[in-house]
Amino acid sequence: MLELKGLSVAYGSFTAIESIDVLVQKGEIVVLLGSNGAGKSTTFKAISGLEKPRQGEILFEGKSIGGRSPGRIVESGIVQCAEGRKLFPKMSVSENLIMGAYVHRKNKKAIKHSIKHVYELFPILYEKKENAAGSLSGGQQQMLAIGRALMAKPKLMLLDEPSIGLAPLIVEQMFEVIQQINEEGTTILLAEQNANAALGIASKGYVFESGSIVVQGTSEELLSDDSVRKAYIGA
Amino acid sequence: MAALVNRRTVISGFILLALVFPFLTKNSYVLHILTLAFIWMIAVYGLNLLAGYTGYLSLAHAGFFAIGAYSLGILTVKVGMNYWLAFLSSLIITCILGLLIGLIALRTKEHFFAIYTLCVGYIIYLVIDKWDGLTGGVRGLIGIPVPAGVGPLSFEEPQSQYYLILFFLLLTVLMVYRIVHSLSGRTFIAIRNSEELAKTLGIATMKNKLMVFVLSTLFAGLAGVLYASFIRFIGPDIGYITITFDLLMYLLVGGIGTLAGPIVGTILIVWVSQSLQFLQDFRMLIFGPLLTLLIIFYPRGIIGAFYEWKIKRQEKKRMRALIKKHKDAEFSDANSVPDKKVKEG
Repeated sequence: MLELKGLSVAYGSFTAIESIDVLVQKGEIVVLLGSNGAGKSTTFKAISGLEKPRQGEILFEGKSIGGRSPGRIVESGIVQCAEGRKLFPKMSVSENLIMGAYVHRKNKKAIKHSIKHVYELFPILYEKKENAAGSLSGGQQQMLAIGRALMAKPKLMLLDEPSIGLAPLIVEQMFEVIQQINEEGTTILLAEQNANAALGIASKGYVFESGSIVVQGTSEELLSDDSVRKAYIGA
Repeated sequence: MAALVNRRTVISGFILLALVFPFLTKNSYVLHILTLAFIWMIAVYGLNLLAGYTGYLSLAHAGFFAIGAYSLGILTVKVGMNYWLAFLSSLIITCILGLLIGLIALRTKEHFFAIYTLCVGYIIYLVIDKWDGLTGGVRGLIGIPVPAGVGPLSFEEPQSQYYLILFFLLLTVLMVYRIVHSLSGRTFIAIRNSEELAKTLGIATMKNKLMVFVLSTLFAGLAGVLYASFIRFIGPDIGYITITFDLLMYLLVGGIGTLAGPIVGTILIVWVSQSLQFLQDFRMLIFGPLLTLLIIFYPRGIIGAFYEWKIKRQEKKRMRALIKKHKDAEFSDANSVPDKKVKEG
């Protein structure tokens, strides 16, 4: 479904990621592991069109999307749920969700339908639908960010560190929800530092280190790989 | 619901007051000043859409105001065009120039956008000042006609001009209200919030920014057109930087990014500066510190301060009710204070 071929992105003279290859099949959950500054977020930005690739190709459903505008990429079915629970803090929960369906703004009925679906997935958002997004707790904000991404009806969702800064119990819930979204037919590409939890739901993973992929394999392979265990699981 | 009814009565009260005002005063000077204030308000609404709701502080608005005024002046005095045709053409000219300038200006952001538009505004002023053949240079344009009559209505009298300009002001407020409460308005607010985030939602930010830029120049141009046919004489001064900062001051005092801000700020500043008139230029000694204090303590202006006060009061009420409930039933949860929704705009 999504294929990165020899992708490089640079900020000025600094090369953030260098010739990486990633393959995501339809229906999969794929995880990108790595510490801060390893290049996960840059990879996401390149896929969602916020950064232009310097070299290499980004193929989505067989078509090259590298260099397309972010708006057109969202329309074609890739939605990014940005790191750090970025919301519109002064808009209400329901207004945030409606903004998520921006690319479907002409189809009011579909928006109503997807908003209902999001409320079913996260009942707490329905209770707080009139509240300002900035007044929600960390976990609720992350749910809202995921819910808003869902509003665009993505074929592929990019989730950038959904567990960051959340309590362990909430992290567990979050991953359950991610798995549920995946089972409903959305392919998921996940960036995480919490390797244990992420590999628990993913089918395969890539390990980033200073801008390149150093290890890749299925979840089982990575979980049993000594270097990965040492670096990211701490066992 | 009570708040809504309340709000509606306040708004209708103000409109009624504005409608009967010419009958309340025989003082033509007061009417003149108020009509001028209405014209400024229209321009401030334009600035508010761009600076308040979208987060792009344009300092070229006096320039667009002057473009509107001069277009009308030149088309009526020099070309001899029919008034309402010239009126419409002037707005179109302002929008086209706004579009061209916006295309370049919107490639910059934040401070750079402000500085760039400041330069654009100054260039517009210079062009008007130096292009003697077209604009009359420092001598300006004299003899701009009053708005031509529509059917039985004529706009020769100050009172009828007052009503005409009030009509355009109400139209402006209505349009801005509709825009702000539509998806477009929320899109602009999303861009102000975070442009990158807006992009990841699929919002074509450049297209939207350009749209709001052109809209805001349209209102500035409309104000300029009305100014030209109200004062009937225009000089290059109307495009000068001080006008831009006057507009910005009205907006900041009233409340940037609020709907009522432009009206409140303009009326207040015009009134204060008229009542301090006897101090001549020394009035700035009082004015400056007042303005500084306001911005330090109420960065969102008078309307912003009012909303803050209202929310705090409701919160207090809620807390009090909660404490009472808590005393009644020991088991109630004190932490479940419902969060208050902060309404944008």
